[in-house]
Amino acid sequence: MGEPAVVPRVVATPAALAAIGHLMVERGPLMFFQSGGCCDGSLPMCFEDGEFRVGDRDVLLGTVGGSPFYIDGRQYEVWKHTQLILDVGDGEPEGFSLPAADGKHFVIRSRVFDPEELATLADP
Amino acid sequence: MTEENESVTVESGPAPFVPPGQPGSVVEVKPRYGNFIGGTWVAPVKGQYMTNVSPVNGKPFCEVARSTAEDVELALDAAHQAKDAWGETSLTERSAVLNRIADAIEANLEMLAVAETWENGKPVRETLAADIPLAVDHFRYFAGATRSLEGRSTEIDKDTVAYHFHEPLGVVGQIIPFNFPLLMAAWKIAPALAAGNCTVLKPASPTPWSILKLAEVIADVVPPGVINIVTGPGGEIGKALATSPRIAKIGFTGETTTGRLIMQYAAENIIPSTTELGGKSPNIFFADVMDEDDEYLDKAVEGLVLYAFNKGEVCTCPSRALIQESVYDRFMERALDRIGKIRQGNPLDPTTMIGPQVSTQQLEKITSYVDIGQQEGAECLIGGKRAELGGEFEGGYYFEPTVLKGHNKMRVFQEEIFGPVLAVTTFADEEEALAIANDTLYGLGAGVWTRNGNLAYRMGRGIKAGRVWTNCFHLYPAGAAFGGYKISGVGRENHQMMLEHYSQTKNLLVSYSTKPLGFF
Repeated sequence: MGEPAVVPRVVATPAALAAIGHLMVERGPLMFFQSGGCCDGSLPMCFEDGEFRVGDRDVLLGTVGGSPFYIDGRQYEVWKHTQLILDVGDGEPEGFSLPAADGKHFVIRSRVFDPEELATLADP
Repeated sequence: MTEENESVTVESGPAPFVPPGQPGSVVEVKPRYGNFIGGTWVAPVKGQYMTNVSPVNGKPFCEVARSTAEDVELALDAAHQAKDAWGETSLTERSAVLNRIADAIEANLEMLAVAETWENGKPVRETLAADIPLAVDHFRYFAGATRSLEGRSTEIDKDTVAYHFHEPLGVVGQIIPFNFPLLMAAWKIAPALAAGNCTVLKPASPTPWSILKLAEVIADVVPPGVINIVTGPGGEIGKALATSPRIAKIGFTGETTTGRLIMQYAAENIIPSTTELGGKSPNIFFADVMDEDDEYLDKAVEGLVLYAFNKGEVCTCPSRALIQESVYDRFMERALDRIGKIRQGNPLDPTTMIGPQVSTQQLEKITSYVDIGQQEGAECLIGGKRAELGGEFEGGYYFEPTVLKGHNKMRVFQEEIFGPVLAVTTFADEEEALAIANDTLYGLGAGVWTRNGNLAYRMGRGIKAGRVWTNCFHLYPAGAAFGGYKISGVGRENHQMMLEHYSQTKNLLVSYSTKPLGFF
C-alpha cells in the first residue's frame, strides 16, 4: 500500500492461470524454468516444485498462479528488457516439461518494456 | 544455365514421392507401432498410444506407443541381458555389425529418406543427399574407428607396466532431438555400439516414427537387446530413463533446461553425461568475399542462405549473419535475391528447398520471435509470417524464409529461434566482428568467410565455439569433432574421441618383478 506499482517481469494469461490451477490439483505445487538453446529451447518448462534444482545464479522473475518462475542468470541478462507472458499453446510439451493440459503446452510470449517501466524495474 | 533452361528443368523434374502409406509409396505405414525392445516389437505395458502427425499436412498418419516408466524398465531389462555378450564380442564382429547396419540403411536409402521427410518435414532432396547417406557413413566410420582405437601401455620401470584397456560402460541411455531424427540416432547409436555398449534410446516426441522404420530395417542384423527404442512423453519416459540407476551414462541433445536436468540426474547417480544444447551461430562475411564476382562469391552467398537449411531447425543454424559494412548493401542484395528464390512447398517434391516446420509448437514459437524482433525495432527485409500454401498442404506448418536486420543485443540475436529466421547485422572491422561473434551465451558453431587465409585462421581461433566452418557451412562429415563451448553443452560427438566418452578406462598395473616391497 502506498508504494509505486512495479510492473511484473512475468505475467500469465487467463488460459495459463487456469492450466496452472488444474495442474496443481493433480500434481501439487509447481515451478517454472525458462529454457534456452536448441530444439524446444525458449519454451517455459513446468515441473513439480523442487524437481529442477535451482542454482545460486538463477533469477526468480516472479510468480505465476502462485508458482515461482525462474530463469538462468546469464539468460536473464539478455532478456531483462522484456516482460514474459506465460500462455498456453496447442501440442504436447517437449523436453521433460509437464503438459499444460492434454495436448497443450506452456509457451512464452514477450513484450518489450517501455522506458518508463524500465526505469521502475530493479533486478530481482 | 539460362533462366529459360532452369524453368524447363523444373517442369520436367522428377515427380514428387507418394506420401508414406498411400498406394504406390515406397514407405509402408502400419496403423500402430509398439516399442522396439530385445529385437522384437513390444506393445506398451499400459496399452496407451499417441497419434503421430505429419507436419507436411498436419494430419495424423499412425500411432506410436505412449510409453511409461514400466516400458523403460523392459527396455533396460533387454539391454542388460544383452550387454555382457555384446561387450565381449570381438572387434571384428562388432565392426561387422556396424557395417551391416550401414549396408541395411543404404539398401533402404530412398524408403528411409521419404519416411524421414514425411516425419519431420525436411525436403527429400536433403534426406536423399545428406541425412541418410551421412547416417550410413557414420556407422561405417565407427566400424573403422573402433578397430583403430588402441589401448596404451606405459613402462613405469623395467619390471612394472601400466596397461590401459577400453572397456564398455554397459547400458547407456540416449535422448535425441526432432531435427535430424535418423542422423542424430546414428550419431548416438554408432559410437555407443562401437565401444561395446547396449543402448536404450528415446526419440523426440514430435518424431518417433522414422526411427521405428529404421529399426525394421536393421532388426535382423543387430543382436537382440543391443538397440532398444522406447517412444513417449519426455516428462515421463525421458525422466524415467535419465534417472534410472541402471544406466551407466546418459547422452542428450536438446535445450538447456532439460540439459541441466540431465546433468542433475546424472549427478544423483554419479554417472557421466554428454549434452549438446544448441547455439546461436554467427556466420561472418568479410568484405573481400566481394573482391571477385566468381564461383567463390556464389558459394559465400549460398553460405548465408544456408540458414534456411532444414527450415532452420539445426543446432548450428547460421542464424546470425555478420556482414562487413563496406559490402553490406551489395552482398545482401545478392543474398536476398537468392532467398526470394527459395522454393517452399511439398517436401516430397525433389525440387522443394524448404518444407514445413516440425510441429505447431515450433511454428508458434517462430511467430512469437518475429513479433518480439519487430517490437525491439528489427527491420524485416523479407518474409516474416506463416506461409499459407493451401490445397493439400492447408494444415502444414510452413513459415516464410525471413531476414530481420538489427543489432546483437536484440533477443532475436541471442536465442536459437529454430526456424528459417536470419538475424543480420554489420561490423566495421575484424575486432568488432570477433566481439559480436563471441557476445552470446552459446558456442556451438560459427562460420567465417574470407579470401584471406591469415584472417580466417585468426578468427577461427578467436571465436569461442566448438566448430568454426571456414569458407563453408553445414558440413557434418564423420571424423570432424562436434560439440559446444560455453552453455552449448559438454562433450564431443562425431569423432573417434567419442569412443572414449562411451568407455571406461581399465588400468592393469603389473609387476614382473619377484622382489618384495620390503615395507612389512
